[in-house]
Amino acid sequence: MKVALFIPCYVDQFYPDVGMATVQVLESCGVQVDFPQQQTCCGQPMANSGCMPEARPLAEKFIDTFAGYDYIVSPSGSCVSMVRNHYDHLVSGSDAQAVAVRRQTLELGEFLVQVLGVRSPAGVFPHKVGLHQSCHGLRELRLGPCSESMTPRDSLLQQLLSGFAGISFSQLQRKDECCGFGGTFAVGEEAVSAMMGEDRINDHLQAGTEVLTAGDMSCLMHLDGMIRRRKLPIRVLHYAQIMAQAMQQAPTGQDHPAVTR
Amino acid sequence: MGHPALAADFTADRERARWHDRALWFVREKRDRMATGVPEWEKLREMASAIKRHTQSLMADYLQQFEENATRHGAIVHWAADAAEHNRIVLSILQSHRVQRLVKSKSMLTEECHLNPFLEQHGIHVVDTDLGERIVQLREEPPSHIVLPAIHIKKEEVGECFHEHLGTEKGASDPKYLTEAARGHLRSCFCEADAGLTGVNFAIAETGGIVICTNEGNADLGIGLPKIHIACMGMEKLLPRAADLSVFLRLLARSATGQPITTYSSHFHGPQQGGELHIVIVDNGRSEILQSEFRQSLDCIRCGACMNTCPVYRRSGGHSYEATVPGPIGSILTPLQSPAQSSTLPFACSLCGSCTDVCPVKIPLHHQLFAMRERLDQQQLIGTGKKLQMKALSVVLSNTWLYSLVGNVARAALRVLPKFLIQNPLTPAGQWARQRELPEAPAKSFRQLYAERQQSNDQSSPGSH
Repeated sequence: MKVALFIPCYVDQFYPDVGMATVQVLESCGVQVDFPQQQTCCGQPMANSGCMPEARPLAEKFIDTFAGYDYIVSPSGSCVSMVRNHYDHLVSGSDAQAVAVRRQTLELGEFLVQVLGVRSPAGVFPHKVGLHQSCHGLRELRLGPCSESMTPRDSLLQQLLSGFAGISFSQLQRKDECCGFGGTFAVGEEAVSAMMGEDRINDHLQAGTEVLTAGDMSCLMHLDGMIRRRKLPIRVLHYAQIMAQAMQQAPTGQDHPAVTR
Repeated sequence: MGHPALAADFTADRERARWHDRALWFVREKRDRMATGVPEWEKLREMASAIKRHTQSLMADYLQQFEENATRHGAIVHWAADAAEHNRIVLSILQSHRVQRLVKSKSMLTEECHLNPFLEQHGIHVVDTDLGERIVQLREEPPSHIVLPAIHIKKEEVGECFHEHLGTEKGASDPKYLTEAARGHLRSCFCEADAGLTGVNFAIAETGGIVICTNEGNADLGIGLPKIHIACMGMEKLLPRAADLSVFLRLLARSATGQPITTYSSHFHGPQQGGELHIVIVDNGRSEILQSEFRQSLDCIRCGACMNTCPVYRRSGGHSYEATVPGPIGSILTPLQSPAQSSTLPFACSLCGSCTDVCPVKIPLHHQLFAMRERLDQQQLIGTGKKLQMKALSVVLSNTWLYSLVGNVARAALRVLPKFLIQNPLTPAGQWARQRELPEAPAKSFRQLYAERQQSNDQSSPGSH
């Protein structure tokens, strides 16, 4: 199985630890990944701004970079959704290579659960965790139940973390409201974006969240920026970081503690 | 002014913005409870969407069928190509009956056509009889929500408005007292009216009947007393069969206000005895939308659920959209009609997708908003500054070497430069940093760390190749 790692541009630049944690989690599940060096960005900032001519070269570059892999795995639901749901508009639908790359690009949790068959790996994480359900992971990739939709779904993220000894989850008043990041929205609609972030954080404060986590570092970059400005006692970690940290303390004696086939 | 500036004004009064957000979230939660109570909810949405798709594909045929059947019942059907023609038709009907006083129930179409000011210019006294609509009419402002037109107004402010216009006690804010006062006032308006005008929720091609849904019964009173009933409808209100109505009536009120059904769902087949029923069918750009990639926006049944769930709408208020229909659906419909004046609306959205999941007719709202941004770019309406930024970003990101260089330089700059330089309020970084810290720039990027790790792995296991 040839697996490539796609690390979104802003994670590469600002959150290298999230990338390293992703590698660590995948390796502890017995998967050796490649990191194709020519990768940059999926093109989402341009596409979300309406600038398709500017987004197109990046979609083409992405396909060139990742063609030939069985899976392309990324710790970002939003970038994965860009590739899977919006590339059809940017690159030809008759290009078999492009279709394969789009189809095989998976969010980290999707890959762990749906491809590797990981359930709830063993580990230790004695903290109260607040799950932020990032919108694109939730409503584009359907990685969990959406409060608007009456179709039942399992929460992939919660399932992956729920096996860790000592972990508990915050009970939020609004369990899947948007944090207000929204890419260029965070700057273009700064006032509303900040109020949305403030409201999410207040919800986590009332719920007693110690560690705030999500499947998208972009939401967390926005929320962390507000948490640090207000000097609040909430730690922010991507769920890959929680997994890497927790699984390191897993009981020894198992080769790949995460995998139950 | 554009949405960002108006929204910033609204959020500046945090207490009020929170109150507005909570009021609408309460309605959203009621909707959730109602939807949970219908096991076939998602099936109903599928059916509604399919019925609309079918109807649109045969729009011309169904419109003709509706006209034939409505006429058979004695209704007089008028066709209006645009808002101006619609207003002229309504005025000529009123003038031919020497109508001086008109009572109106809620109709977003007449808001779209700006009918009230037009009629008042021609000396006709118009009273909106929906309570919320009457409040905003007395305050001389547009509705801020399509179902809850006065949702932005607090009961104390309603008290002030009624004290001034209806002579209620000064300082009174008890909702029951104020509602009773409005009720008394509106009763006299109903009795004095010469004609009643209503919107149309659904028009049935098979029967030629129209259906009007209200909670206050004001539409029924407004057309029960006067002999002249004018019903104004956008052409997309059509359904093929009476049986289709059952799907939509189950979805409409549950989605709108979290009620199982509106208090009144009134069916009209022809005029009352000795009276006249005029049905004005309006295009006003709809034929064009029908032929575009935005055709699904015409499926909208005006329930307002997308507004109630929209985290941006709840925190920025309906007036920040400066549009007849605000919120997610309005941010598609308005730029279709006047792109230059409403180019900020499709960007007043974090693309969270909540609207798409609550929409009872499954309009892919956030995907349409995404597509509308592309259309605005093609119309050169996204702003030259933003376009230049995106062009530059695209060039940098398209070249791995340049991307790495710019990334390394930017991170180094963030680490050494003083805050006031980085956070210049004119730059995107400065905008970001108004209420948030910028991310801390690490010394090394992921690709640098990863390359180092690969190297040390290779060194520690020399025989591994």
